[in-house]
Amino acid sequence: MDRTPVADADVCIVGAGPAGGLVAHRLAESGAAVVVLEAGPRFDGDRREQLEQHVRPGLDGPWEMGGPRDAFSSSGESFYPLNAARVKGVGGSTLHWQGMVMRLHERDFELDTRHGVGADWPVGYGDLRPHYAAAEREFGVAGAADNPYAPPRDEPYPLPAFRPSHSDSIFAEACERLGIDMHSVGNARNSEPYDDRSPCVGYGTCKPVCPSGAKYTAESHVEKAEAAGARVIDRARVRRLEHDEAGERVVAAAYTTPDGETHRQEATQFVLACGGVENVRLLLLSDSDRYPDGLANSSGAVGRYFMDHLFAGMGGRLDRPTRQNHVGFNTSECHQFYDDADPVNGLKLEFLNYAGPSPVIDALHADTWGDDLLDQLDESYGTHVSMGALVEQLPREDNYVGLDRETTDDLGDPVPEIHWSVDEQTEAALSRANEIQARVLDELGVEDRWTVGPDETGPAYHHMGTTRMGDDPESSVVDAECRAHDLDNLWISGSSVFPTGGAMNPTLTIAALSLRLAESLRAQLG
Amino acid sequence: MRLTRRDALAVLAGLGVTGGAVSLTQFDPPTADSTGKEGGSTGEDGASGDDTPPTAVRDTMAAAAEVVYPSAAEGVSEFVETYVVGRARDDSRRAAMVDAATELDDVARDWEGAAFADLPAADRDRLLRELGVDAADPVPDGTLSERLRFHVVNELLYAFYASPTGGRLVGIENPIGHPGGAESYRRATMDEPETTDSGGETDG
Ligand SMILES: Cc1cc2nc3c(=O)[nH]c(=O)nc-3n(C[C@H](O)[C@H](O)[C@H](O)COP(=O)(O)OP(=O)(O)OC[C@H]3O[C@@H](n4cnc5c(N)ncnc54)[C@H](O)[C@@H]3O)c2cc1C
Ligand code: SF4
Repeated sequence: MDRTPVADADVCIVGAGPAGGLVAHRLAESGAAVVVLEAGPRFDGDRREQLEQHVRPGLDGPWEMGGPRDAFSSSGESFYPLNAARVKGVGGSTLHWQGMVMRLHERDFELDTRHGVGADWPVGYGDLRPHYAAAEREFGVAGAADNPYAPPRDEPYPLPAFRPSHSDSIFAEACERLGIDMHSVGNARNSEPYDDRSPCVGYGTCKPVCPSGAKYTAESHVEKAEAAGARVIDRARVRRLEHDEAGERVVAAAYTTPDGETHRQEATQFVLACGGVENVRLLLLSDSDRYPDGLANSSGAVGRYFMDHLFAGMGGRLDRPTRQNHVGFNTSECHQFYDDADPVNGLKLEFLNYAGPSPVIDALHADTWGDDLLDQLDESYGTHVSMGALVEQLPREDNYVGLDRETTDDLGDPVPEIHWSVDEQTEAALSRANEIQARVLDELGVEDRWTVGPDETGPAYHHMGTTRMGDDPESSVVDAECRAHDLDNLWISGSSVFPTGGAMNPTLTIAALSLRLAESLRAQLG
Repeated sequence: MRLTRRDALAVLAGLGVTGGAVSLTQFDPPTADSTGKEGGSTGEDGASGDDTPPTAVRDTMAAAAEVVYPSAAEGVSEFVETYVVGRARDDSRRAAMVDAATELDDVARDWEGAAFADLPAADRDRLLRELGVDAADPVPDGTLSERLRFHVVNELLYAFYASPTGGRLVGIENPIGHPGGAESYRRATMDEPETTDSGGETDG
């Protein structure tokens, strides 16, 4: 394959996940000459290979993550498992994602004004509202307007919601008695055929792979961008952005291809869409005499304020069938406590449809077979229930992504260092989530209980905050249009621009911001 | 409970093996599945030529399945026959599966003086355990016990528990890996039709 640069590119986009794919598609459609440089491969061919890689022990992971290319270090109090938290390839991390999508609440954009914590966004819900609607159409979101706590919306979801599970109906009994509301989940997953993709057929392996194509992945938009004329170069690892003498514009992206060659892609505009960790790394690797602390970093905020959502969970067993693990996604959640002020951290509750083990996966790990195994599976499957929650972590300067200059990847470049810990306020919010979960499980009479709370929590794999947006160039990296304060033609697409993260899965907001960015960038091209 | 050729085809389809010798329509209607003509089916499947593993390998796999599957399973040899023939269409798997099954058979002949498939079931079970296959990690190119775990035992367990019929035995007719539709998760039991919307629809 020809991986040489494209002549006369208007726009060079680095990264082919949703943040890059959506921008590429919009701009290519509008007639711009677009090139996308993607570090990972195209995963062509039959997705059922990845299905088997996921289900059967002894095979490599489905998305080839974790080799020398992906080296990193984790230096904070809490270990950060970065390579479980992202995918490199055409489609980016949406190859692996779960695909639940929801809008941030209005309060998320003004936490400082309302509660004196975190930071305000330079845009409000009203600014993003039309872009959220467009993003839902792009993803083909299945959902219903049955959530009284969600922010206002004008139009129905493009697809009808997946209907509640049997397991939801068990929870509903308890929640009704407790006055806890349940509502449908927004799913970037076809409940009906949409956008030339299959409806869900129940493989049950959504995370990490949907063999039917019902789950949205950004491959869709990358392909559409290509159909509209964009050129996508895979296995092209961008290692440095070069700027002009005045330090006002980026002039080229230097990338290395599998044959070891390094090329320079020139363009009029550059969009960074590498995810919340690699965006930082690339800016820091692009330091120069003019910008010794890295590109777009005159504020010193590049890499700072790294946030993720924290998981809180609780589950156990009932004395009746709960019918788990038929599908790999959820159909009910609860936003009732999201906007509470004490603790102020956002909190979203989930009712899981994949509680407890799957018999087939258990069987493949068992140390026996025959009737013994059947007895074990009978005992392990069938009566589990569990609830999850996502909890907001507020931005803190001392949670950061930097460069570990002692450790290099296979090309000799310093690897990203994640310095991350979970503060007491977030821990209190995790305990609050556990309290509500315990009320529901008590009411149901759930036994053999387990809890994931402040001591056991882990990240939800949403990398936010590291190139925050703001009006003030002294304290933020990009402006409200997602353009770098320091360089005229450098844009950043993705959750690294979030000043705060709320407690909603981030990708619908990433998509809304990307569509908005594409509009602003298009205007610059004239 | 009776395993059918159709079950094997369903698992194969989930793994992306369709068409030719293992087309789903070839065995329609389902009643044709259980005619149990060993030789006949082999002949048909064998039509794909070199892909088809030797009879001894198919026999060894079926004999292993008889101990690896619960005793309630019937129709094992036909099910395994169909699955193994279909699986062997995947070039990356055929040689390793054939090698592992052949080595198992060789060990049986060395240690027990008979083909693996000719041993009583209890001896087959004991032999696999003596080889450490129960405790071994499945490794496609590992030691003999690791390879037997991957290419024989886990291949067979996957075929069984990812099939709707095998899944049913433990209470799930739409197991992970099987594209059994987006309705089963809504039902209260395996056989009942859909539940009414007693869940989220009353809420919020
Ligand atoms: C297990 C899991 C489950 C998730 N579930 C959900 C969910 O349910 N809902 C939700 O909203 N979000 C979820 N997410 C998060 C979601 O996947 C991300 O928010 C989203 O993919 C981010 O989009 P992005 O385009 O910014 O980055 P990515 O999707 O990560 O894509 C970035 C791309 O940039 C490429 N790249 C990086 N560096 C370079 C370089 N130097 N040169 C060239 N290319 C480069 C990468 O290879 C990658 O392909 C989940 C994530 C994971 C891992
Ligand atoms: S359950 Fe998940 S993996 Fe299966 S078809 Fe539906 S979306 Fe895809």
